[in-house]
Amino acid sequence: MKKTRQPVKQRPLPGNESTLRLLWQDPMGRAGMIGIGLIIIMAVFAPWIARYDVAQMHARNRLQGPSAQFWFGTDNFGRDVFSRIVYGARVSLVVGIVAVGIAAGFGYLLGMIAGFFEGKTETVIMMVMDIIFAFPSILLALFIVAALGTSIVNTMIAIGIVNIPVFCRTVRASVKTVKSTDYIANARSIGLKRMSILFRHVTPNVMAPFTVQATLALSGAILTEASMSFLGLGIQPPNPSWGSMLSDARKYMEQAPWLVIFPALFIIITILSFNILGDALRDVLDPKLKL
Amino acid sequence: MRDYIIRRLIMLIPILLGISIAIFVVMQLIPGDVVSGILGIEQTPELRAMWEKKLGLDKPLVEQYFSWIGKAVTGDFGESFRTGAPVFPEIMSRFKISAELAVLACIIAWIIALPLGVLSSLKRNSVIDRIVRVVALMGVSIPNFASATLLILFLAKGFNYHTPVKYAGLFENFGVNMQIMLLPALVLGSVMAGSVMRMTRSSMLEVLRQDYIKAVRAKGAPERVTIFRHAFKNSSIPIVTLVGMQIGSLMGGTVVIEQIFSIPGLGQYTLTGISQRDFPVVQGCVLFIAVVYVLVNLLVDILYTYIDPRISYS
Repeated sequence: MKKTRQPVKQRPLPGNESTLRLLWQDPMGRAGMIGIGLIIIMAVFAPWIARYDVAQMHARNRLQGPSAQFWFGTDNFGRDVFSRIVYGARVSLVVGIVAVGIAAGFGYLLGMIAGFFEGKTETVIMMVMDIIFAFPSILLALFIVAALGTSIVNTMIAIGIVNIPVFCRTVRASVKTVKSTDYIANARSIGLKRMSILFRHVTPNVMAPFTVQATLALSGAILTEASMSFLGLGIQPPNPSWGSMLSDARKYMEQAPWLVIFPALFIIITILSFNILGDALRDVLDPKLKL
Repeated sequence: MRDYIIRRLIMLIPILLGISIAIFVVMQLIPGDVVSGILGIEQTPELRAMWEKKLGLDKPLVEQYFSWIGKAVTGDFGESFRTGAPVFPEIMSRFKISAELAVLACIIAWIIALPLGVLSSLKRNSVIDRIVRVVALMGVSIPNFASATLLILFLAKGFNYHTPVKYAGLFENFGVNMQIMLLPALVLGSVMAGSVMRMTRSSMLEVLRQDYIKAVRAKGAPERVTIFRHAFKNSSIPIVTLVGMQIGSLMGGTVVIEQIFSIPGLGQYTLTGISQRDFPVVQGCVLFIAVVYVLVNLLVDILYTYIDPRISYS
């Protein structure tokens, strides 16, 4: 009997299937999603997950090792390390999301304007971006915080400003590519207004690199916040930040190593998850780059 | 080539001016004012007027900017509010220490990253490749302050080893200097190695797919020649670009690492300036680091011609 040829099972192209499902099918993407999912759950449900108030001191239980009562031990003030780590997730995510929001918002607008209008506007915008880019990012963030003063809002603003050029450059490059395509020429020829072309036809096509950039920038923003807090110039007490927890722990690390290990572990897991997800997202949205 | 360098140096002028303006503008954002910061509760109108005159704050902003930048280009970055010592000589002496740390970190990064990146590309999808990719991902994902703290903890608990506290210069006492510098350089280098490894792998894979590599192999060239003379050399442009870009994060990294390992470099000086709100120090350090960063990237651009003579600068 003649065998009927089975249709070849093809990997669906992006757009045919939701990006989330494609990400879930990729082992790295799945690992990243699970890691980030857990951190988000910790941050959102912190009041229910934390076992004690972050500032509550247990004077008799100072520098206690991990136990059934204090899962991750206690610090030099007798505060529960587990509860502080749980609330620290909230601080890290909020700072990261707001900072990337500021950067993405401004970067998107400036990149769109620079890429679409070109000429002097583009020259001026890109020169400002080059100037911001000429500073090492952590140094610029520290410099801005030094001038504005240390607070959670100023930390977010500083990290946001530092990240604007990356978004601006990404969007500008995509807009320039999209602009030269036939469908944009067609949109122009039927008399669509510039703003309509920009937001209805160009925007959807710059979203892929923009989303990848946002994911990677989130890990960078969380890292910068942790570094700044570690140096005492980010999140200020009594707000718990993984960076400042790690910094405070250094004095006691030989007698209480858990004070160093747990915050370090959570910083690493968070940044690793975002980086893995960013890589997987790039592979899904732009398979040409996958090597 | 010489014309290209001159042209690039001229193009640097607006960027450097922009950097100086950005620094000056940020310094104007300081809440309150600098004089109140210096005088604290002891301020009287006379003292205030005297300090404003001394610092040139009684002049219009544009004049203040030109006065500051005019002095800065001659190497006068002002005096520290705290110690009264001139800032520029202090920056120069500390820069040597930070530069040594950065160079050591680069060497460590290259020693780790380049062979592993090449190996990973040659053994694509093998166990070695997977291990290298995981190591590289860990390298870029572990913050330098976390790995530094964990490394210090590991050495102290496991081997009862503590780094020497008192700093010694490279030519003053080589042994002590290396004991102090190697650990921080390893931490900084491992972060850099992660990105360089990833870039080396993907860049090599891209080149190995090219037709000319097939042609080289077809004519019977030994694999070593194919890999190093033909593939690696042509894949090094993106790697060099990345290294140039990473000099910035390396310099930012020194701010954190020097603090952890108590190294009296430029990063520690900057951070002390920031935490003590010593503005001439902060302003001077930030300007100096940004200028060095821009110049290093120019050097990287020039280096391209040596790596790939096809790049024309005419």
